[in-house]
Amino acid sequence: MRSVPSTTSGAPGHDLAVRTRGLTKRFRSGQVAVDGVDLEVPRGAVYGFLGPNGSGKTTTLRMVLGLVAPTSGTATLLGEPMPGAGPRVLPRVGALVEGPGFHPYLSGRANLERLDAVDATADPRTRERRTAAALDRVGLAPAARKPFRQYSLGMKQRLGLAAALLRPRDLLVLDEPTNGLDPQGTREVRHLLRELADAGTTVLVSSHLLGEVEQVCSHVGVMSRGRLLVQGPPHELAADAETTVVVTTTVACVDGAGRLLADLGLTDVRVEGTVLTARLGLVAPEKISAAMVGAGLDLVGLEVRRPSLESLFVELTGEGFDVAR
Amino acid sequence: MSRADVAPVEAPAGPPTRAHGAFGRLLASELRLVLGRRRNLVLLAGLALVPVLIGTVVLVTQDTAVGAGGPPFLDRVTGNGLFLVLTALVACLPLLLPLVMGIVAGDAVAGEAQAGTLRYLLLVPVPRTRLLVAKALAVLVFAACTVLAIALSGLVTGAAYFGVGDVTLLSGDTVPMAEGLLRTAGIVAYVGLSLTGLGAVGLFFSTLTEVPVAAMAATVVVAVVSGVLDALPQLSAVHGALLTHHWLDVGELLRTQVDLGVLGQGLAVQAAWAAVFGALAWSRFTTADVSS
Ligand SMILES: Nc1ncnc2c1ncn2[C@@H]1O[C@H](COP(=O)(O)OP(=O)(O)OP(=O)(O)O)[C@@H](O)[C@H]1O
Ligand SMILES: [Mg+2]
Repeated sequence: MRSVPSTTSGAPGHDLAVRTRGLTKRFRSGQVAVDGVDLEVPRGAVYGFLGPNGSGKTTTLRMVLGLVAPTSGTATLLGEPMPGAGPRVLPRVGALVEGPGFHPYLSGRANLERLDAVDATADPRTRERRTAAALDRVGLAPAARKPFRQYSLGMKQRLGLAAALLRPRDLLVLDEPTNGLDPQGTREVRHLLRELADAGTTVLVSSHLLGEVEQVCSHVGVMSRGRLLVQGPPHELAADAETTVVVTTTVACVDGAGRLLADLGLTDVRVEGTVLTARLGLVAPEKISAAMVGAGLDLVGLEVRRPSLESLFVELTGEGFDVAR
Repeated sequence: MSRADVAPVEAPAGPPTRAHGAFGRLLASELRLVLGRRRNLVLLAGLALVPVLIGTVVLVTQDTAVGAGGPPFLDRVTGNGLFLVLTALVACLPLLLPLVMGIVAGDAVAGEAQAGTLRYLLLVPVPRTRLLVAKALAVLVFAACTVLAIALSGLVTGAAYFGVGDVTLLSGDTVPMAEGLLRTAGIVAYVGLSLTGLGAVGLFFSTLTEVPVAAMAATVVVAVVSGVLDALPQLSAVHGALLTHHWLDVGELLRTQVDLGVLGQGLAVQAAWAAVFGALAWSRFTTADVSS
């Protein structure tokens, strides 16, 4: 396991929207679903929570939200200890955990109104306006009066998002929010998350869509078999050693460029026609262009290739397809 | 989901404060859920049909060879329609009322767990104790609705078929109709309160499982087993504490001198069952992991 390069470690707790220490859950079956997790979600971050099926993401989120009691360890939400601070903190948190859950025989709107009615801190006078706005926001307004049981998979998921957005929130905890959504819906959720994050809402989102995560997340954390393997901003997680640089030059300069890259300290230099690839290591890319120009070598193109989130993910969690347990 | 026509994201305004009348709104929402659900309305309608059924059978067979006999008080119905209320309640006590109570109480928490709505209620957040109290009150209100459905239907049917008048008590004394109505109201109240213990048992089972049918069945089984044990003379020492033992003491209200001690004992047993199983439900529900 790689040491966790976390920019936030040591940050005071109140800068973190979610913070867990040694969070562990052993179910009565004896299974340790979450094992000593130190989650750190900075305020204002969009934190992508990744991990293979059964790696313990949902269980971690349940503990953070006070639904499941940790076997050991602690969780703080918006700076206050859970589950004790739930009544104070949870009204500022919108959540979608393990799929939507609504009464099948009530309409989408009636379901949202019930959730709002039981909220001790919600203003009944603005209920109608807020439920309508939330439904509108997820594109469900045309189906607001349909019974939930008649909703399609994606419509159900959208209603779950609407419930999380019933009120302005400081933190959104979304467990696979794009599950079952069509491409437009997925894109809208991405836009929505950006918009919310821009307005200052912290987002903790678990997902299997690494492409989506790569596009919106400022931080990622990767779980595997109950452990949090790494967390931090994605570009910091990809160790510099794995970043490659691709230099395109001319036939006349290929040999010179190859020697120059090796001299600069780049390793694993490979030549294919006029294209050279090498591992960047700790060398700053701008140094290469400067050195090439300084040595009078032609520089047609220079590209830095950081490993994709997917390759990072597979490298961390393994190629195997079977779930862990 | 066009982004042009939605309001900009509002920032949360300060720490949330509890609005006035929050528990009332929770309870109202809970009652709307229980009393607005079609299944539950069908159950109430079914119970309301029982007096109609009994009344019709009595009406059709009166003065015939098969017209005599039957459950307690049935023979008095033709003389006074008011007795149809008592007859129907007593007929529903052994199975129908426990069944309906089992369905509604067993569904209370387990149904929400199965639908996945429980976790979202807790995340609103609704404090667990407050949610359980609201659920318990809704079950009690539904119990009242069950006996009222039988009683009102019995009253209307009885009056239409046989008329109502002065009431002849067990001793043969006759009391005026007003007092008869009052005693009938007492009967309805006693039967309704007799269901509280079973309601608490159902609520407890409901906190144990995510499968509502299991909680419903277990609740009905408790009532049935209690009736079976009550019939075993070897167990007479514990009969007094059984859930169903005092249910038929309701006839006390038809004595000339109503012994409130007898009725009080029945209600005390119900209170004890409600307290014990209410406490068990609370201790389970406030500590259980919600992993549904
Ligand atoms: N209530 C429970 N009792 C026993 N084991 C459980 C329970 N809930 C979850 N587990 C186990 O804990 C492990 C982690 O489950 P969890 O739902 O947290 O995974 P996940 O990371 O959310 O997976 P996915 O990506 O499929 O949603 C799994 O092996 C699961 O079987
Ligand atoms: Mg999950």
